[in-house]
Amino acid sequence: MLYFAWVRERIGQGGERVDPPADVVTVAELIGWLATRSAGHGAAFAEPDRIRAAIDDRFVGPSAAIAGAREIALFPPVTGG
Amino acid sequence: MTGPAAPLFDVRVQAEDFDPGAELAALERLGGGGVASFTGIVRGGGGLRALVLEHHPAMTGKAMRAIAEDAAGRWPLLGITLIHRHGPLAPGARIVLVAAASPHRAAALEATAFLIDWLKTRAPFWKQEVYDDGRSAWVEARAEDDRAAERWDRVHG
Repeated sequence: MLYFAWVRERIGQGGERVDPPADVVTVAELIGWLATRSAGHGAAFAEPDRIRAAIDDRFVGPSAAIAGAREIALFPPVTGG
Repeated sequence: MTGPAAPLFDVRVQAEDFDPGAELAALERLGGGGVASFTGIVRGGGGLRALVLEHHPAMTGKAMRAIAEDAAGRWPLLGITLIHRHGPLAPGARIVLVAAASPHRAAALEATAFLIDWLKTRAPFWKQEVYDDGRSAWVEARAEDDRAAERWDRVHG
């Protein structure tokens, strides 16, 4: 996992290795499962609608499957430019 | 529509400043009819000390290149330059340069608008404002930026 911006700040780290159970299939389910890991995770993922994701450096939606992903990044909507 | 040859892409993510004049001069040498550009600058005021740009290092260059390739598929372009800075930037500092060279002015101007609209909404950067009194705040994504980016879906699909 990689975390950026206020997701990173609330969790307290920029990344971690996780091993979700088999019934966690989509990005949305992953976010729901991560939210239970600690108070910081819970704060970061309290509003799932405000979370965006990328799998292996490509933006994906909440219904994307996480199977086979090497690296998943979770972050707020982007604000560059 | 595409140009006579594949356009030259110059895509950079860097902490250092850049020289817009030198970058535009490089695009002028591609033999086009015109070069259009947009330079983004840190807005000061309200006690802002710095804007800190965070990004997803493994992904940013790929995402910016994909945006450039999309533009090249929409307009006949000779060259595209995208430079985006990261790290702490003081008020007045340059953040981003988007520039496009084309045989035709409309293509250069439209591609430039497209590139900055998509860069704002489809490249993994996040802005944090740091104030003189030590407070800091993450910049919220704006619905009007999303609308500006989405208009290109309607125009070109």
